[in-house]
Amino acid sequence: MSLDLPSTGCRSTPVLKERGQREVFCGLTGIIWLHRKMQDAFFLVVGSRTCAHLLQAAAGVMIFAEPRFGTAILEEKDLAGLADANAELDREVARLLARRPDIKQLFLVGSCPSEVIKLDLARAAERLSSVHSPHVRVYNYSGSGIETTFTQGEDACLAAMVPTLPASTARELLIVGAMPDVVEDQCLSLLTAMGIGPVRMLPARRAGDLPAVGANTVFALVQPFLGDTHAALTRRGARHLAAPFPFGEEGTTAWLRAIADEFGVSRDLFEQVTAAPRARALKAIATQSQELRGKSVFFFPDSQLEIPLARFLTRECGMTAIEVGTPYLHEGLVGPDLDLLPQGPVISEGQDVEKQLDRQRAARPDLTVCGLGLANPLEAEGFSTKWAIELVFTPVHFYEQAGDLAGLFSRPLRRRALLNKEAAE
Amino acid sequence: MKLTLWTYEGPPHVGAMRVATGMKGLHYVLHAPQGDTYADLLFTMIERRNHRPPVTFTTFQARDLGGDTANLFKDSARDAYARFQPQAMIVGASCTAELIQDDPGGLAEALGLPIPVIPLDLPSYQRKENFGADETFFQIVKALAKPMPRTDAITCNLLGATALGFRHRDDVAEVTRLLGLMGIAVNVAAPMGSTPADIARMGQAHFNVLLYPETGETAARHLERACGQPYTKVVPIGVGATRDFLHEVSGITGISAKVDESGLRLPWWSASVDSTYLTGKRVYIFGDATHVMAAARIAATEIGFEVVGMGCFNREFARPLRAAAKAYGVEPLITDDYLEVEAEIARLQPELILGTQMERHIGKRLGIPCAVISSPVHVQDFPARYSPQMGFEGANVIFDTWIHPLVMGLEEHLLTMFREDFEFHDDAGASHHGAKAVSRVEAEELGVSHPQTPVGYLKTDEDMGEAREIPVVTPSGEVVWLPDAERELKKIPFFVRGKAKRNTEKYAADRGVTRISVGTLYEAKAHYAR
Repeated sequence: MSLDLPSTGCRSTPVLKERGQREVFCGLTGIIWLHRKMQDAFFLVVGSRTCAHLLQAAAGVMIFAEPRFGTAILEEKDLAGLADANAELDREVARLLARRPDIKQLFLVGSCPSEVIKLDLARAAERLSSVHSPHVRVYNYSGSGIETTFTQGEDACLAAMVPTLPASTARELLIVGAMPDVVEDQCLSLLTAMGIGPVRMLPARRAGDLPAVGANTVFALVQPFLGDTHAALTRRGARHLAAPFPFGEEGTTAWLRAIADEFGVSRDLFEQVTAAPRARALKAIATQSQELRGKSVFFFPDSQLEIPLARFLTRECGMTAIEVGTPYLHEGLVGPDLDLLPQGPVISEGQDVEKQLDRQRAARPDLTVCGLGLANPLEAEGFSTKWAIELVFTPVHFYEQAGDLAGLFSRPLRRRALLNKEAAE
Repeated sequence: MKLTLWTYEGPPHVGAMRVATGMKGLHYVLHAPQGDTYADLLFTMIERRNHRPPVTFTTFQARDLGGDTANLFKDSARDAYARFQPQAMIVGASCTAELIQDDPGGLAEALGLPIPVIPLDLPSYQRKENFGADETFFQIVKALAKPMPRTDAITCNLLGATALGFRHRDDVAEVTRLLGLMGIAVNVAAPMGSTPADIARMGQAHFNVLLYPETGETAARHLERACGQPYTKVVPIGVGATRDFLHEVSGITGISAKVDESGLRLPWWSASVDSTYLTGKRVYIFGDATHVMAAARIAATEIGFEVVGMGCFNREFARPLRAAAKAYGVEPLITDDYLEVEAEIARLQPELILGTQMERHIGKRLGIPCAVISSPVHVQDFPARYSPQMGFEGANVIFDTWIHPLVMGLEEHLLTMFREDFEFHDDAGASHHGAKAVSRVEAEELGVSHPQTPVGYLKTDEDMGEAREIPVVTPSGEVVWLPDAERELKKIPFFVRGKAKRNTEKYAADRGVTRISVGTLYEAKAHYAR
């Protein structure tokens, strides 16, 4: 094990808590990847034209096929009478399901306006579930900006599914969090090679593959933003295997180790299974991190991946963290990563974007990780940036992607160097 | 409640942001929850702006709702004034804040800021983005522009250009240059490029040029009433419209409309023999009404296409669009539902679509080439090069842009002659296009379904999504294609196959023929031969 703890990690570092303007997406954005992951699901946002426009902007106005998400846009008359709004919703859902018989799971997704007018989507989901069962299961969760930040939308979605999962007493491992299929397959093959199984996934690719859960279930999270899902699974009696998140060679090894220990995998077998991919990951990181060594990094809050990523960049890529901002700090989940993160950076939670920009400009970091609204303006001021959203939309977990992950951060620096060289000639 | 998959327009506060972001020295305090800041990226990513939009979002959360969101607004407005020191401020609510009824206008007034504070009332559940831009610009002009002595020389204001507008940057430059040829200077171009101080001196121009009725007409009408400034009604997109525009300006100013046209190339490019193959190509046009009407005139009279259908997404301009459609003998389609547009295009099987980013997707799905003529557009439609739509250079740009998606003239013949040739075959596509969509089958074999696939802000749409091969013969109505006829249809080159299929089916249906044979196909061909 390479888990040599720094003499002092960041777990007890006082957290700078801020509130003010937040430059982050709301939870609806998660639909963009969730609808690709769950291939028989439709996400119906009950909201305003703004919600529809957000999804379109976040998807880059470019998903070409008819998407498996849409917005039921509230109009003036829906605001006047909630009874009518419910009738309208039932009608739109019936029409949608008639047109899309491939849909097996329907998520009614609450938005800011639906929350403010107190449209009860939980009851609507129950009502619609009974109308359309057994063919379609209807869930509801809120992706509203008044309650959720960006990746919290996935958390809310998965947490909404947990109470409906069938009960089981089998001793099973449940892996929680949406991953690209290619990464999911790598994860499963590593676990299988250690003799661990059966392994269930949440979310599942199709409704028929949904896991069962119970007191003998142990679960591991692959994303640090799944606090509510963690709580919901715990309520079902499942037990969490706390570990650093599987980013980079070190994170992946520690994450696998926690599972291997739980299932009594021998040190030898663990070494045998992980030795080759670990070596590949280290080699790839070494190549990609040449530009990163000795450089400083500043994280604006975005995806909640910030703390594990800061751990990866500081410990495996030789960077120094100046500030690690996260929208929400769930110590129970990122505690093991905080333990490993060397002391030094400001750990901040929440955001007042103007004040944070003042700190960022004063610190002049070599690399700034931020959202899309800030990236070009900061580039124009002379800062190298990494748009945080790419970290969510790119396969970055586990050994084979460790080099790619480092590459996401080194490319902006390499690019700036290239362009500056051109300018100097 | 209306189910929407994609929208042509955002909410009205995004229209207000387009005005604010185009201007300098103006700040917008928007009462809005977290998440509404997504709109910043429209400007910083799609338009590649190097500054953040001058917008402060109050970012209220669920826990604030029972408490004091009004004070949150006041603090935000006060902080924004202190930090940004704008010359004027606009204040308003997004859709959610509209529901909590905090009255941003009244709250901001109570702050007693030493600058003009202009309240916006933009009904989010009734109106859309263009209305928001038009109304915001009008309110700013109404608050700041006053009658004043005219400039000695004849000058005008250019109205309607905003941030995130389709080619607004270059249209303003081109029309400024065009008016310069007549000896007319631009007093203020607004909202894009202006400051509140500039708005205050708009009254000294002799007349106004309304570039974009969608976003500038209410302000133009107001200035006509309040400052006695007439405004131009012709939008100078296309050769004929540009000349008409110059005559309209001449009528207002008494200055000769005769200007140097030596840079104008569209008429010769269109008349040269290589363009013969463009004759009568069937085009479908959809977008905002102003650009659609201009495009129809160019298509029909300056390039020699046949307009087979047209429509717009902005109901506010339905009346002039209907009138224009009547002139071309086609049914207008007024809708903001892109599925209706797709169905109409599938029915008409045009050879070229002139549309928005949405129609580009439709075209890709149906295998029909598309050129973009109107917002909403994507990052690739904000080119680095000078690329106006208006004026004579705009006409040149339009010729190139519309012709590019088509297969070239001689190549059409080669494809027709060597249908099954190993190089000149259908699936190879037009030879001057580098990228070719992969077929759906291949995409599935590769298992492309993980989350990194669907998103990529800066990729061209050719890289994106699932390319779908439309079946050559789809069941349509009662008509059945016999196997031989179907094989024959496949031999027809892709760029005319849709038309041949549609014509044959119509020919068969008109005659009560339910089974299409090879004979029917060629009878229809003879019938429709021009």
